[in-house]
Amino acid sequence: MTTATDIAEAQLKMPVRRDPDVGRRLLHRTLKPLIGTPLNAVITLVCLWIMWLGVKGAYGWLVTRAVTEGGAQACKVGQGACWPYYEAKLRFMVFGVYPYDEHWRVALAMVLFLGAIAVTMIPRFWNRKLLMLWAITIVATGVLIGGGVLGLSYVPTTQWSGLPLSFLLSAVGLALGFPLGVVLALARSSKLPAIRVIAIVFIEVIRGVPLISILFMASVMLPLFMPSGITVDKLLRAQIAIIIFAAAYIAEAVRGGLQAIPRGQHEAASAMGLHYWQSMRLVVLPQALKIAIPPLVNISIGFFQDTTLVTIIGLLDFLSTVRTAMTDPNWVGIAVLEGYVFAAVVFLVFSYGMGSYSRFLERRMRLGHD
Amino acid sequence: MRIDALSGTSLLYNLRFRAILYQVLAVGSIVLLGWYLFTNVSQKLAEQNIATGFGYLSREAGFVISQSLIDYKPTYTYGRAILAGIANTVWVSAWGVVLATVLGLVVGIARLSRNPLLALLAFLYVEALRNVPLLLYLFLWYALIVTGLPAVREAWEVLPHVFLSNSGLTVPSLVWTSDYTIIIGALVLGAVLAFAIRRRMTAERITTGKERTSWPLIGLALLIPPALAILILQPDFTVSLPEKGRFRLTGGSQLTPEFTALLVGLALSASAGIAEIVRSGILSVRKGQWEASRALGLRDGQAMRLVVLPQALRVIIPPLTSSYLSLFKNSSLAIAIGYPDLVMVSNTTMNQTGQAIEGIAIFMLVYLGLSIAISLFMNWYNSRVALKER
Repeated sequence: MTTATDIAEAQLKMPVRRDPDVGRRLLHRTLKPLIGTPLNAVITLVCLWIMWLGVKGAYGWLVTRAVTEGGAQACKVGQGACWPYYEAKLRFMVFGVYPYDEHWRVALAMVLFLGAIAVTMIPRFWNRKLLMLWAITIVATGVLIGGGVLGLSYVPTTQWSGLPLSFLLSAVGLALGFPLGVVLALARSSKLPAIRVIAIVFIEVIRGVPLISILFMASVMLPLFMPSGITVDKLLRAQIAIIIFAAAYIAEAVRGGLQAIPRGQHEAASAMGLHYWQSMRLVVLPQALKIAIPPLVNISIGFFQDTTLVTIIGLLDFLSTVRTAMTDPNWVGIAVLEGYVFAAVVFLVFSYGMGSYSRFLERRMRLGHD
Repeated sequence: MRIDALSGTSLLYNLRFRAILYQVLAVGSIVLLGWYLFTNVSQKLAEQNIATGFGYLSREAGFVISQSLIDYKPTYTYGRAILAGIANTVWVSAWGVVLATVLGLVVGIARLSRNPLLALLAFLYVEALRNVPLLLYLFLWYALIVTGLPAVREAWEVLPHVFLSNSGLTVPSLVWTSDYTIIIGALVLGAVLAFAIRRRMTAERITTGKERTSWPLIGLALLIPPALAILILQPDFTVSLPEKGRFRLTGGSQLTPEFTALLVGLALSASAGIAEIVRSGILSVRKGQWEASRALGLRDGQAMRLVVLPQALRVIIPPLTSSYLSLFKNSSLAIAIGYPDLVMVSNTTMNQTGQAIEGIAIFMLVYLGLSIAISLFMNWYNSRVALKER
């Protein structure tokens, strides 16, 4: 009697017939899209040429023509990347005018902050303990950067600058913009006409004007709106503008999520005897926010880049400190490209990382296990 | 009975009363906040002796605008200066939209190419542009033009009669006469005629079912009015070609470094977004649609034009609208590199007059108005291409 196992064993014992054409077929499959038609062959050649130029240019600038030793004078003569510039200016570009001896404090704060973000990104840790983690992180980074307690010297906000400031502006903007955005999204889909109209006007006005105009408003107009004798810190004013701007965009992402929830969910919640806020908090929002996560991550990437606009109203964010470093009398006009390339690489790493994370989330949600 | 008794207990449990109460509270608090801010502002303005109102718009501006589409001199009014700023904003955004659409379309299709090298290059292009802030690119392009390019005397001739130097891009230009306005009018007339004929012939084909070749008639309608205009007016087509002189370039028209950097920055960054939109639009059309149109005997081009593109457009238009809008709003970054757009002119005006509230109000209203106009137009277009369901 032959069983399935016997057949399997027999198959295993059979000599594997080697396909003599396998190599050729593989070669054919790789080459066909490259040189299948004459046009394709031309495209391939042009692409190879462009890539060659790019690699040659980058390698020449970064390695063969690079100036590795000497000071500003050597870089002025040299044609490639100026490594001494990075050596001299790296800390200024990253930390700006924050007191030099206290740089470890902002560095530690950034490590804490990025660590908390890394933990938050792992779906397994999405529970109430995260709120605790963030409460601790916020207090710790606040104490570290601002000082004034625990024997740390006080550092005024005018000296907060560089990459930490960019992180701070976008993180606080998104963190405080989020609840405001959720409230606005709920208001916009409310049944009460007055509340709906207020939300629509607010959201559409903010989304219809450029961020720079809201920053101008905060830096020039806000002081006029305050009662006499009360001044608002410049950094705080920019932060308020960013929070308001973020809220309007977050509201639209959340509204998209709210619209995707079938009416039956609202009706079922009412039938269970839940009132409006209960049904929103326990039934509708948990589902809507989950749908809104990928667009929300995309908004976050945009905001991290948009915080560079505070340069224009005179705050020392990362882009601004990179530009200030170039105007150092010793280096002026020598390391322009070096500065911008450094800033671009930093932005590229963080934005691309977050973009990949957003794609991971979308894939995960499409599988839809939980 | 019970319901009456319950609703009688307190007004607070009456749903209609609560709805009205909430709305009154919301509107009331906004009115209160507005009134509070208004009193603060009037007090501050009085203390600091700042004038109010829009009277300053008719006063002499006295500042120079380095480039302007409309006629402007420092002796003109502030109102005129702001108009010049608006014209500059619209000018750079319009060119940006055109360039970004063309580039985005090409790169988006390249992203889907079966040639892996081309797809890789397009991918690198999109990611490099999307993940670095536009402002950084603007600074970089501007610095590269001003410090990286040779002086005018050694300007590069990138194409015949197109010069690139540290004072910008010099291109050939037509010497504009009033004749051209008439010829353009005739062109528009021809286009309208051709469109009307096409509509009538389509309607006829649908009712009678007879196919007639339409293109000769449409072509004639398109060509005859401008041809007539040219024959009658006999304009001299003078093209001003830039030539390299001893010290400077003569002729042609000059695109300043600010304009060039802003245009390149805006167009490149928007094109990356548009490429992704085009790609996802084409991907959203199922493979079966291609196969079905081939089964119906359509050629590849016809299948693309008649079957795939109309369906892809449905997916493409709404996000395309928002990327046009953000390009338009991003043109306000011009102030960072000194292109005299609306924001920069308003900023100078505010600094000179001290009337910040009016200045910001004007440019916010202009942006809002133009944004709404763009989105209304795109919504109209979208409703035309959207799925028509019974």
